[in-house]
Amino acid sequence: MKKIDVIIIGAGPVGLFAVHQLGIKGLKAVVIDNLDKAGGQCIELYPDKPIYDIPAVPECTGKELTDRLLEQIKPFKTELYLNERVEEVTSKGDNWEVKTSNKKEFIAPNIIIAGGVGSFEPRKLSIKDTEKFEGKSIFYAVKNKDEFKNKNICIFGGGDSALDWTLELSKFSKITLIHRRDDFRGAQHTLTEIKKLQKEGKISIKTPFQLDRIEGSEKINAIIIKDDNGKVEKIPTDLVLSFFGLVMKLGPIAEWGLNMDKKTISVNPNNFETNKKGIFAAGDICSYPGKLKLILSGFHEVALASVECFKRARPNEKYRFEFTTSSKTIKDRLGKK
Amino acid sequence: MAKITYIDFQGNSKSIEVENGLTVMEGAIQNNIQGIDADCGGSMACATCHVYVNNEWLDKLPKPEEGEVDMIDMAFEPKKNSRLSCQITVSDELNGLIVTTPEKQS
Repeated sequence: MKKIDVIIIGAGPVGLFAVHQLGIKGLKAVVIDNLDKAGGQCIELYPDKPIYDIPAVPECTGKELTDRLLEQIKPFKTELYLNERVEEVTSKGDNWEVKTSNKKEFIAPNIIIAGGVGSFEPRKLSIKDTEKFEGKSIFYAVKNKDEFKNKNICIFGGGDSALDWTLELSKFSKITLIHRRDDFRGAQHTLTEIKKLQKEGKISIKTPFQLDRIEGSEKINAIIIKDDNGKVEKIPTDLVLSFFGLVMKLGPIAEWGLNMDKKTISVNPNNFETNKKGIFAAGDICSYPGKLKLILSGFHEVALASVECFKRARPNEKYRFEFTTSSKTIKDRLGKK
Repeated sequence: MAKITYIDFQGNSKSIEVENGLTVMEGAIQNNIQGIDADCGGSMACATCHVYVNNEWLDKLPKPEEGEVDMIDMAFEPKKNSRLSCQITVSDELNGLIVTTPEKQS
């Protein structure tokens, strides 16, 4: 079990800036996030879209903002635990113990939840009975390509993931690509490649079709697809791959005994502490009177929360407010001369 | 101002007077209409404000831009009359608009 000053849940802009605010106070943090990269919604939902309301940055994209924050927190050499979701939070005296989906364990006097709208997870197929096939015949990602060799595979979706995996898996399996409309959105060269394979009869494309039902008991035998006019087709199928993007799920956070207001966590706006001592919430996931869901609000929230974190992590030291421009201690922590 | 009617998947309907300039999504969120999540807050990035537009209204709305249609690909049970409610801006012309929310958003 790793002992640390602060456990930050969520590697979005607010979680990353929390590292900075804690770091200049001399506190060590770890960051845990369910995505495979830092940046949260900025990197997953709008990496290329411009943001115009970051103070002193007239315009930047979600990706640029993330990169700059990562640069800003570099001096603190903070460990990011990605592809991991925090599952359990339990009280241990004045500390909190955290367990992740990868069975990692941390203990700290403080937790900052900067979880946005929740963790990103694949959007599941919407028809009944898909759950019992999940991990056996239905997949939302390809982890081990070998499991997808010499099979009849139906791929659902119209974006890059669906197109890229159609190309890749068509090398050794029979692929049917199914999409609800005739247009696909993907890189031009990928689309050209797909058209070529279709012409050569190496893949089959079914549009505009959606999944109607599944046949099979233990494993899938066939799927039935349907178009807008009710026309149905049956396709013999071993495996289904579905790529309908990611959704945000609040997940286990709702079970930690925190005071919630719909999908947000109620906090004290003086220090952004929740109803549990030492657990803070900041960014889109917190709520208090007048709350605005802006990145800049999240920055302010973690700045104040970090002061309270200091008091809990260093009960025998006095907190001193300092400016980064003039404090020698802070400059040392930032590695500046 | 326009009267917008939100019908849920079970047929329960609620009519709300929504101010011009707000989106159909914002009208729902501000009035606690169930069935619209709007996780991304209206940046056309999540498809959780998905609605079915009543057929007689479908052609009266400005056509969706490409990004919206792309996002609808991700939505729960998309149909021909699917729209993202964050992309429909309310004006006097929309008085009487009827939208139905899907069984779920994700």
